Amino acid sequence: MIRVELPAHLRTLARVDREVQLDVQGPATQRSVLDALEARYPVLRGTIRDHVTQQRRPFLRFFACQEDLSHEPPDAPLPDEVTSGKEPFLIIGAIAGG
Amino acid sequence: MSGVRVLVGTRKGAFVLTSDGKRERWDVSGPFLGGWEIYHVKGSPVDPNRLYASQSSGWFGQQIQRSNDGGKTWEPVGNKFVYDGIPGTHQWYDGTPHPWEFKRVWHLEPSLGDPDTVYAGVEDAAIFRTTDGGQTWLELSGLRGHGTGPHWSPGAGGMCLHTILIDPSKPDRMFIAISAAGAFRTDDAGKTWRPINRGLRSEHIPDPTAEIGHCVHRIAMHRSRPDVLFMQKHWDVMRSNDGGDSWKEVSGNLPTDFGFPIDVHAHEPETIYVVPIKSDSEHYPPEGKLRVYRSRTGGNEWEALTKGLPQRDCYVNVLRDAMAVDSLDKCGVYFGTTGGQVYASADAGDNWTPIVRDLPAVVSVEVQTLP
Repeated sequence: MIRVELPAHLRTLARVDREVQLDVQGPATQRSVLDALEARYPVLRGTIRDHVTQQRRPFLRFFACQEDLSHEPPDAPLPDEVTSGKEPFLIIGAIAGG
Repeated sequence: MSGVRVLVGTRKGAFVLTSDGKRERWDVSGPFLGGWEIYHVKGSPVDPNRLYASQSSGWFGQQIQRSNDGGKTWEPVGNKFVYDGIPGTHQWYDGTPHPWEFKRVWHLEPSLGDPDTVYAGVEDAAIFRTTDGGQTWLELSGLRGHGTGPHWSPGAGGMCLHTILIDPSKPDRMFIAISAAGAFRTDDAGKTWRPINRGLRSEHIPDPTAEIGHCVHRIAMHRSRPDVLFMQKHWDVMRSNDGGDSWKEVSGNLPTDFGFPIDVHAHEPETIYVVPIKSDSEHYPPEGKLRVYRSRTGGNEWEALTKGLPQRDCYVNVLRDAMAVDSLDKCGVYFGTTGGQVYASADAGDNWTPIVRDLPAVVSVEVQTLP
């Protein structure tokens, strides 16, 4: 079970509370977690990754275990603490703008 | 008794303002979709409770929201806007080729006959259509692909397709406008398009009378006379009597002919409204006086409408999609400002009152006249 924390606007959009819990098939990676998230909440498609390129949107970052994973390859394994559910996978919006 | 519903898009959410036919007392509801930029909200002409909203965010991209109850509740529908084929390039600000990249939906134009069919004008400029109530969107790529697309370049606000007018007498005819490419027309329901910019003159482009490259800010028509078009260009207010085949300037005695919105009285096809703005580098009313200008002669002769509008220390802007008219008698006229005010006139512009004063910056205003 993977725990995912969404920024406030995406929680509102997906109509979820602070944390989402996902069952991910196979190795837990950024790609597999986001695939599972979008399968559960189709409204989030295009909000975290571009519809076509599947690239992370520029003003979002991925964190876990106090590390910035934003530039890790999408198929790199996530930390064991995330895979075990001990730590959440954080999707964070840049603190910028008004 | 009939009434009106004013649909307001702002930088931080949507608002719905309702009143009866007197238009004196208003109920304000919202914000809906709070915290997001709402570029446009518009209702279906055939099902007034069916509304569509363009919800945008620099962080999270584009959403389209749909309401089936006149704006009380909203549901997200499809947000996948993918250009048809290989998108190619347009011109960047410095004249170099730049790939077409979808950024946001500026304008939603519901079909005149089907509540599930809607056209979307987007940045980077293109037109999309849904026929399933917003779930899926397909590009009408004949516009970008008609030949001049690689030479289009963005205006200061981005390369946006911001105006879509559907001809009520010829279902296959539509007009669109792009900043800063110009105006275009289709006569075959969007398959093919051609520029309709003859007569426009823009001193800031290399060839002032070029076929494309004009920063058209807004076009308006009266539904009883769709061959007559009115245009607020970057500078100049223009008029066409032949469906855009040719244009002539009708700025006349305006204090400045820079501005964004233009609209037509619901019952008088020769009565039009603009909001003059000081200049392209000073986006506020001249002399700090917020004045709507009305022409009852289809242009050239303009009168300032000031009663109820601030006539000192006012430095707001009125954006291109932020003016609308209702179809009651007398015609109501509405506009929103970047200062968060929405002004209404229930007598065709003679007198104005603010419905609200302190919304987030207003991006768009539409009005529905309800039975």
